[in-house]
Amino acid sequence: MHREKRSREFYILAVFFALFVLFLYGPLSAILILSFQGPDGGLTFPLNGVSLHWFANLFEKQAVGDFGGSFERSLTLGLMVMVVNVVVSLLAGLAFRRKFFGATPLFYLAIASLVVPSIIISLGIGVLFQQLGIEPSWYTSAFGAHLTWTLPFGVLIMFAVFNRFSPAYEEAARDLGATSWQTFRYVLLPMIAPSLIGVGLFGFTLSYDEFARTLMTSGTYNTLPLEIYGMTTNVTTPVLYALGTVTTLFSFLVIGGTLGAIVYLNRARVRG
Amino acid sequence: MAAVAHTTVAETRQRTRKPGSALAAVAAYLQALPLLLILGFFLLIPVLMIVVVSFWDYDFAAMYPAFLTSNYTDTLGSWVTWKTYLNTLKFAVIVWAITLFIGFWVAYFLAFHIRTTAMQMVLFLVCTVPFLTSNIIRMISWIPVLGRNGLVNSALVKLGIVPQPIEWLLYSEFAVVLAMVHLNTLFMVTPIFNTLMRIDKSLVEAARDAGASSWQILTNVIIPLAKPGMAIGTIFVVTLVMADFSTVQVMSGGQSASVALMMKNQMGLLQYPAAAANAVVLLVLVLLMVAGILRIVDIRKEL
Repeated sequence: MHREKRSREFYILAVFFALFVLFLYGPLSAILILSFQGPDGGLTFPLNGVSLHWFANLFEKQAVGDFGGSFERSLTLGLMVMVVNVVVSLLAGLAFRRKFFGATPLFYLAIASLVVPSIIISLGIGVLFQQLGIEPSWYTSAFGAHLTWTLPFGVLIMFAVFNRFSPAYEEAARDLGATSWQTFRYVLLPMIAPSLIGVGLFGFTLSYDEFARTLMTSGTYNTLPLEIYGMTTNVTTPVLYALGTVTTLFSFLVIGGTLGAIVYLNRARVRG
Repeated sequence: MAAVAHTTVAETRQRTRKPGSALAAVAAYLQALPLLLILGFFLLIPVLMIVVVSFWDYDFAAMYPAFLTSNYTDTLGSWVTWKTYLNTLKFAVIVWAITLFIGFWVAYFLAFHIRTTAMQMVLFLVCTVPFLTSNIIRMISWIPVLGRNGLVNSALVKLGIVPQPIEWLLYSEFAVVLAMVHLNTLFMVTPIFNTLMRIDKSLVEAARDAGASSWQILTNVIIPLAKPGMAIGTIFVVTLVMADFSTVQVMSGGQSASVALMMKNQMGLLQYPAAAANAVVLLVLVLLMVAGILRIVDIRKEL
């Protein structure tokens, strides 16, 4: 667009955007600050001294249920979902590049997976496992329940990627005598790697934070979001905020790391 | 990525398909199989199971295969159920209108007022990051802001605007709507931003050269072209709000209800067939809404 003086519209919208960002981050920073509340402080401002009391409290097992164990389970589950999400979405993306019988129904099944209310999936899988006589657990039924939420995102992202992907590169590779495996491994894969990392990030974070779908499917042991959800009703100390701060920082770390990897890959490709 | 030459889907399909390659057709099926198996076992069969179970009989301990319609007549014959459905729809409409308004202007600002792509991406990521953190934590984070002794109330009292703290800021329908907007606006921003970024800027220039005012450009060029993005965002927001139970439970403090929350309570009482009947009604309602929106927009074309 041609350079011109910033219009009044720009300034109004800039203020609007700034308010939106404040709306997004303001409350989060409130609990971040309040998690450093002194030992006698309550759930609201003002700060009654500054301490790490509530973080220490977090790691005493009896105080807030099984924080360590549920974190471990959520982390493992997130990684499992991430790997399966990337592989299955990539394969499906490749399949959708060709016309095959049943492609449209399968696509709409993926969309349906996105719009069917989480609690219905949770109930359905719970009842199904009960009728089959299988004990639900976080690594079987909850794992599947999470995939029904993450896979549609993965498939849609791969769809968008391949819609914009010119087959000329693959044709060039084939003309130079590459086998289809070589074409995939050395031409296609490096080009779509950043998107695959994005699909992985979606898989991990959506699973790590999901709880409506875990409600009926996690079995005996809780995942972290279920643990936190339970705490909202019966914990009335800032330990709740400490937990919020820790998991949010962990999410930021994961997001930051992933974005770093994407930027690095893009740079490497441009240089290479 | 975007620099790679754009090709239409049809072109891509034609060129990648080698003529008469049966092997390629088999490969496509094998590649699509994992997706089909996972969605089949964890989506299709569970939903069918719910439909079946919704006709079953149950008591306090177990459920028994049967063909009863009483689960439906019980729930639909109850005045409370209708009120709950209306309440859920009310939340959906209000949250939809607010997120659409915010989502459009945020996306419009990013797409048309930020001049460099790098800055656009940075600001877009700023909007995206909170979405990738825990929903429950984001709900809880409103407590110190809206509570009786929260930031808003103490500021209002200190400034002398209100004599005593406002009670309805937290644990009210207002808090539910606020939290839902907070949680779901990004689902509106992203698809609208995506469609706005694909609008050919020369269309805007042409309109301006033809003498259109900024307002006319907005209403006659940009908004019509942004409709598919708005439709996709609407699908996300409406289905998420219709399915919500946690926001309603946490933010209303038990003073408001939604269909999913009613289901959750029934599930807590092990009344699975009753919950299943509600699930079927809710699912039909949501799918009808989505089908209605899909008549306006072809999702596959918009990706």
